[in-house]
Amino acid sequence: MTDRFDCRVAFAEALVALAEADPRVVAVCNDSVGSSNLKEFKKRFPERLVNVGIAEQNMVGVAAGLANGGLMPFVCGASCFITGRALEQVKVDLGYSRSNVKLCGISSGMAYGELGPTHHSIEDIAWTRAIANMTVIVPSDPAETAGALRAAAALDGPVFLRLSRMPVPAVNAADYEFQIGRAVRLRQGSDVTLIANGTMVCRALEAAELLLADGVHASVINLPTVRPLDREAIAAAAAAGPIVTIEEHTVFGGMGGAVAEAVVTFNPTRMRILGVPGVFAPTGSTEFLFEHFGLTAANIRVVTLELLQECGRV
Amino acid sequence: MTELPAANIAALQLRARTIRRTALGMVHAARLGHPGGDLSAADILATLYFHVMRLDPANPRWPERDRFILSKGHCSASLYATLAEAGYFGREKLSEYMGPLSLLNGHPDRNKLPGVEANTGPLGHGLPIGVGVAKAAKITGGGWRTFVLVGDGELQEGSNWEAAMAGSQFGLDNLTVIVDRNRLQQGAGTEETMHLDPLADRWRAFGWSTREIDGHDLGVLAQTLGGIPFETGRPNCVIANTHKGRGVSFMEDRVEWHHRVPTDAELAAALVELGGGEER
Repeated sequence: MTDRFDCRVAFAEALVALAEADPRVVAVCNDSVGSSNLKEFKKRFPERLVNVGIAEQNMVGVAAGLANGGLMPFVCGASCFITGRALEQVKVDLGYSRSNVKLCGISSGMAYGELGPTHHSIEDIAWTRAIANMTVIVPSDPAETAGALRAAAALDGPVFLRLSRMPVPAVNAADYEFQIGRAVRLRQGSDVTLIANGTMVCRALEAAELLLADGVHASVINLPTVRPLDREAIAAAAAAGPIVTIEEHTVFGGMGGAVAEAVVTFNPTRMRILGVPGVFAPTGSTEFLFEHFGLTAANIRVVTLELLQECGRV
Repeated sequence: MTELPAANIAALQLRARTIRRTALGMVHAARLGHPGGDLSAADILATLYFHVMRLDPANPRWPERDRFILSKGHCSASLYATLAEAGYFGREKLSEYMGPLSLLNGHPDRNKLPGVEANTGPLGHGLPIGVGVAKAAKITGGGWRTFVLVGDGELQEGSNWEAAMAGSQFGLDNLTVIVDRNRLQQGAGTEETMHLDPLADRWRAFGWSTREIDGHDLGVLAQTLGGIPFETGRPNCVIANTHKGRGVSFMEDRVEWHHRVPTDAELAAALVELGGGEER
């Protein structure tokens, strides 16, 4: 079986490396040293870890203030709280103010499984991508997580990094270096394009493999940056045929919605948007919920075949 | 603490009068604004910008500058009048207040206007940002001081108290919150809406070194704000007892002047009452 990795490890290592190279880097957390994997950072840079306690509105405001003071804060906490609980601060103190703050949403999507919808963060892409000046990144594997952190640090402005604790395999090429706003074609096919990000990229690749047995050649695009969107890559995919998007997020306003906005503008084609269908999840583990909502290679295959049938392509 | 010489107080009085006259004129011209709060904050602004803070208006992003954050962002007219008076931009800009494509938005935008430190407007944002700015000085060894002006009604927002805990936890004696305690908010008095008293006790309970003063006595303001930190290792709180609409008899302590716009006659009467400012 393919090795799987908790991307928080790559996140923590990359953050320490950034802090070593750049004295402006500080971490801001909400009693989340453990869950955000900041123990090593705390050991190495105790004076550069700002723990505000359980107070997310204050946390985001404090980060904006630290940036005003010349520092580059990485705000680390559970994605549901640092976005939803502090959304006005994210809008005003980060987006509108163009503060040089990196918001790192840990355990996004349904990573908290059994803890339920209060702790799920399946709205965070929709919320953050609606805010002007925000860059929204959903890395898919350890290398991309590290690359996204480096790229976020190199950008002068607010960034939302949507991270996960779900173990994922390495899906990108060994020599791949993440670039903000660039989609990555992982597989070339002529019948349909599967577009995924985050934890769903590996599932899209598996689905493409399954579809081969059906005689369907699927392209797979990894779309880590939801804002700004790689419109060129999406326009090209739309020109080639139907599109299926897969994301660990509500189907309202997420990556699939962003792709659809571009598709109808540049090259209308039929789409299916796979994600959480506008409901709060029932109780269950993350894997159970992925099955429940059809976020599996098997269901991506089924949905893709249905779509191709509709289009008269099979 | 030494008392301020009478000549210096007179100079501050002139600044405060000018801020009041200018802000009222701006609100009148824009047909929009929050004159009551502009007038209650004018003496505090004059003291900070013309006596207390270390600033370089020609170099507004000077890293070592003292920072002022207007958390009650709706009182932008008095802030803009102060910034123009301090030389951050030309006074002629003030006539653009809230006009189409103006840099002088109804609530301040730091990316548009030099001298603005934070984008405020929604209440309860300034103090958390101030905690971050002050903490940054502690982390980097920076010598700047941070001043946050909050409205009293604004303290009903819980984020202020999250920040109050943090300011104390981090020992930010380089941070000062000034409460514009005019006892009125948009709809009614603060105490009948959601009471804040005993306000000084509340700040003390959160670990802030707290003083309660007359927020219109420029000598006292100058002495108090010039005397920070009150205690090493503790953040500073100044509860400035003020009057909404201060300086204009028919506006003072009247809730409707939160965002009422003066008529031509009212403006003329107000300017007569305010007296000898510099005409802008």
